[in-house]
Amino acid sequence: MSARKYVKLNVNGKPYEANIEARTTLADCLRHNFKLTGTHVGCEHGVCGACTVLVDGLAVRSCLIFAVQAEGMIITTVEGLSSGNTLSPLQAAFRKHHALQCGFCTAGILTTTHALLSNEPDADANRVREVLSGNICRCTGYVQIIDAVLDARAAYKQGPESGR
Amino acid sequence: MNVLRNAYIGQEVERIEDFRFLTGRGTFVDDYEPAGVLHAAILRSSVAHGRIVSIDSATALEIPGVHAIVTAADIGEQIPTIPIRLAPIAGLEKYLQPVIAREKVRYVGEPIAVILAESRAIAEDAANAIDLSIDSFDPIPNWRTAEIDKTLLFEQNRTNVAARYVVGFGDTDAVFANSEYSRREFFRAHRHTAVPMETRGVVAEWDAAKERLTVNGATKVTFFNRRALAAMLGMAESAIDLIELDVGGGFGVRGEFYPEDFLIPFAARKFKRPIKWIEDRLEHFQAANHSREIDCELEIACRRDGTILALRGRIFADMGAYTRTNSGVVPAKAAQFLHGPYRIPAVKIEVSAFMTSKTPVGTYRAPGRFESNFFRERLIDMAARDLGIDPIDMRRRNLIAATEMPYSIGKLVPYENETAYDTGDYQAALDECLRAFGWEEKKKMFQSRKIGGRYHGLGIACFVESGGAGPRENVRMTLEANGHVTIAVGSSVLGQGLETVFAQIAADAMSLPLESFHVLHGSTTIVDEGFGTYHSRAVVMGGSAILDGAKNLLLSIQNAAGLQFNCRPEDVTIQDGTVLGPDGHTSTFAALAAAVGPVSATGTFANNKRTYSYGAHAAHVSVDPRTGHVAVLDYVAVEDIGRAINPALVHGQTFGAVVQGLGGVFLDHLIYDDNAQLLNASLADYLLPTATDFPNIRGVTMQLHLSPSNPLGAKGAGEGGMVAVAATAANAVAAALAEFNVQPNELPLSPPSVWGLIQKSNTLRI
Amino acid sequence: MKAHRFDYVRPARLEHAIEVLAEHGDQAKVIAGGQSLVPMLAFRLATPRFLVDIGRLPDLNRVTIDDSGIRIGALVRWRDIECSAELKLAHPLLVEAIRHVAHYQIRNRGTVGGSLAHADPAAELPGLALTCGAEILVVGQRGQRTISADEFFIGPLSTSLRQDELIVELHLPPWRVGRRWAFEEFSRRRGDFALAGVALFYDRQQNGHAGNVQIGAIGVADTPIRLTAAESVVQGKTITEAIARQAGAAASESVHPADDIHAPGEYRRALIGVLTELALARASGLSLQEHA
Repeated sequence: MSARKYVKLNVNGKPYEANIEARTTLADCLRHNFKLTGTHVGCEHGVCGACTVLVDGLAVRSCLIFAVQAEGMIITTVEGLSSGNTLSPLQAAFRKHHALQCGFCTAGILTTTHALLSNEPDADANRVREVLSGNICRCTGYVQIIDAVLDARAAYKQGPESGR
Repeated sequence: MNVLRNAYIGQEVERIEDFRFLTGRGTFVDDYEPAGVLHAAILRSSVAHGRIVSIDSATALEIPGVHAIVTAADIGEQIPTIPIRLAPIAGLEKYLQPVIAREKVRYVGEPIAVILAESRAIAEDAANAIDLSIDSFDPIPNWRTAEIDKTLLFEQNRTNVAARYVVGFGDTDAVFANSEYSRREFFRAHRHTAVPMETRGVVAEWDAAKERLTVNGATKVTFFNRRALAAMLGMAESAIDLIELDVGGGFGVRGEFYPEDFLIPFAARKFKRPIKWIEDRLEHFQAANHSREIDCELEIACRRDGTILALRGRIFADMGAYTRTNSGVVPAKAAQFLHGPYRIPAVKIEVSAFMTSKTPVGTYRAPGRFESNFFRERLIDMAARDLGIDPIDMRRRNLIAATEMPYSIGKLVPYENETAYDTGDYQAALDECLRAFGWEEKKKMFQSRKIGGRYHGLGIACFVESGGAGPRENVRMTLEANGHVTIAVGSSVLGQGLETVFAQIAADAMSLPLESFHVLHGSTTIVDEGFGTYHSRAVVMGGSAILDGAKNLLLSIQNAAGLQFNCRPEDVTIQDGTVLGPDGHTSTFAALAAAVGPVSATGTFANNKRTYSYGAHAAHVSVDPRTGHVAVLDYVAVEDIGRAINPALVHGQTFGAVVQGLGGVFLDHLIYDDNAQLLNASLADYLLPTATDFPNIRGVTMQLHLSPSNPLGAKGAGEGGMVAVAATAANAVAAALAEFNVQPNELPLSPPSVWGLIQKSNTLRI
Repeated sequence: MKAHRFDYVRPARLEHAIEVLAEHGDQAKVIAGGQSLVPMLAFRLATPRFLVDIGRLPDLNRVTIDDSGIRIGALVRWRDIECSAELKLAHPLLVEAIRHVAHYQIRNRGTVGGSLAHADPAAELPGLALTCGAEILVVGQRGQRTISADEFFIGPLSTSLRQDELIVELHLPPWRVGRRWAFEEFSRRRGDFALAGVALFYDRQQNGHAGNVQIGAIGVADTPIRLTAAESVVQGKTITEAIARQAGAAASESVHPADDIHAPGEYRRALIGVLTELALARASGLSLQEHA
């Protein structure tokens, strides 16, 4: 039992380690210890959804889980949704539909909708809106985000890993 | 004027900046962390009004990892105050904010100490360990208390009434004395604010060898801020760089000069370590500008046929504890836009600005307009109803006609000259709104009808909005050795897609592909003087400067080619990225720049004439009388912006602005108690609109009337989607509840308050 | 908004967890999903010296459905309940109530035990537990005990759990076949805490009358409560529009919610009446004239 912990986490398929205070959230650990700054912090109290990452395939708020709790879990951040210079079909749909403006909430929306479409490729507009009600965006008014997610469904219907 | 190719302008081009945001490779201020950084936390007052008795940091300093604690005593005898940037209404300058509290605290959230530590968490531990003693004074929780002047926020000023003035034209008293009809009502717009998804942040680095300061996290008005900071630190401007990174939204509140914009650089210089401060959400609610809190007593005088003869009003603006950089904008613009797009021969408005012991007030998207369009459009609907006139017809009768342009609205703002609406066909915008909305069909089916237990109503509002503020914007454009063109522009980018829009403009001006351009923005290192982004000016001013810069760059390229080809520059022709000499010499831009080095030119655009966009909004709502819940079933926002460089981006701004605006009507609310304590400084209790709240939004962008004031013909477009939302939504709610004779004249229209209005009406009817 | 410094321990066995809690008393706090606790830590509203992570304790995430009712382990998450076709059949009121809890991401982590222990007066699961007359199985140093829901929730964010005790299971009584039920709540936005909510069920007797009427409310008192006055109106009667309205009126009169920043007390009072009426209409298949 102690206030400092040595953690080893699996992020985007790679091992990462850090010596951190136990009170370090997964969000802060990803950003400051692992330098994966794609995940953003908007509120630190679990409301805005900007910090959403995937843990064992499920969308979770990384500001509401301490890094030490995430040992042994498979973590995917926005950086793990595509590789190199290619956009995933979901990301490409966001670009096509102008589903981002300042980009700050975008990572959390991508991980959330990637999880959604991976499990429910037939999700309709109401379901998409319902799921996204846990992600706040101040710029877009959501309309074009919904359009993008609905457009991206086709890619997920081809199979479980096709959304990447 | 440049002859523009229009291969890109007007096209829905996908955004260049999207790639980095989609892949998590943006650089926002918290993503930037220089080596050796210390983290800062700010100890803020939890008392609304009081005198600081003592600050004992001994225990806090003993916490391992705490480096230092800075208070007013460390800054010196003279604590700098934050200057006014614009809208200097006489009197407000006496209420400037010191960068840190010394003797008095005047609002919950006011900075008292800066703690520097190895981590933010440790800095917060230390903040909690500081022994702070404050003698509380009576709070000043609202303008009515402020006006009495029993408790003074600034003893030396002897009053809390910071400013009071009257503007207008025509003889309103005579008109009201003789009018066939008049009505006076009281309206209230409530305190709320922008809440960008990214909180503020400052990273300051001091280079001791060169005695230079670099500050990351700046935006909006970086050159003004640098000037202010230099003065406060006793440094030359040229020794300070303010760097703009990626910015997570601003909406008016981010980028103005705040106390932390001094405190963090001060600490970096004092302790010779890089200092990083990232605002948390709780702080943001307490410390970033609030807005919109205005009461208005408004009277309208009409003929029986609905012709509006006069508007007379009193505006009471709650300014919070200090005058911030944008000073009197909110009340001044509320007054200016009170009469809106209508032909009203006599107008008289008294504006009063009061200081209260709450977070200071600044500009939030459509400042003053959101409020005053609500006041006026509600009153027009009430008058129309009294007179038995259809609210559309009443507006048609009074809207300024296209043939009356330019239409002078006189001098309604003390610190501005007379101004005139430039161009526009307000009737056409109204017509388009009614058509797109389906007003006539919806009216038959829904207007003031009860269906399935819910009351339905339609509302309309017309507006005019200014944009494109001067005085100038500058650009430097450089043809690089690889054939690409770097555009360095003084405009700031806060999410509006300007990296793409500016590239579109330049691409057409230079007949080059879009991919050739790379836009740098905002930082003080990239142009000699920039003016920034506010009042929807970036495309008008920055875009026009780019046209000038493109023209000049092409001339410079011609000159360079002339030297290369040993001919007169005038004999060089340019075509699609190639220079052609008279002897058949030819070179691509890239080869030319590779040979002679990068070719550079500057551009500028100066303008003091605002642009005036305009339009109309319509809404269909249904109200559940049992819960007070209002559902927005359809909302159409129509605006003529002259010219849309990228219609998809304009559309996105419209959706965003309307949803923000509807939040400002039904959800957002900064709730203070009688002790001037902010009760809901969290996203759990301050309600922002989410994806399920307002799904039925439609926008129409018209490009009917160009602006005559700039070569693009564009009118500012970022705020028009917001200005008429409260007016439209409230009118729709009033129409829905017509049979209750309910007047939704106070915002917000939360379920409990709508329910309360219905209850009150029911009691009256029994 | 960083949490204060705490020591973290993740016991592998229930007994060890209890030992730690016993040793450190009110200096220790249990974390499972963390969806309610971590925000409190972030605001420094809770500053325990020890954080005891029970998230990996074995055997606490089972769901058992048998004649004794429905047993849900403390570590069962909202998502597990939402996705269970069995539970939807076995206890449709439970599954419907859970649909209203928070948001997608929260539901992937939040747990049954966490919600019960947190005891927010506007939370759905405590309301459901009380309405159904559930029992909460807890384990501490002195062994196991069962606490009935009406003795478990004692105040806002306050339960009768002792310092050394952990919730292991929620036990809902068996759900009768053919039972009528409804859940109605009103919140400002989707996923927000309810301003008020009603969960109810009854069994339709042969003569068409309602028997075993149980109506519970959230958001109108310091804990979830049974609307006994409303139950009396309905018990033994056939549900008509008039009965539903009377029950709503009785519900309103029987509650005394305080004013807070989200709504004045009189609003919540009126609201609970509306929701009771709507829930009764929905449960009985009545189509209310006024109901959209």
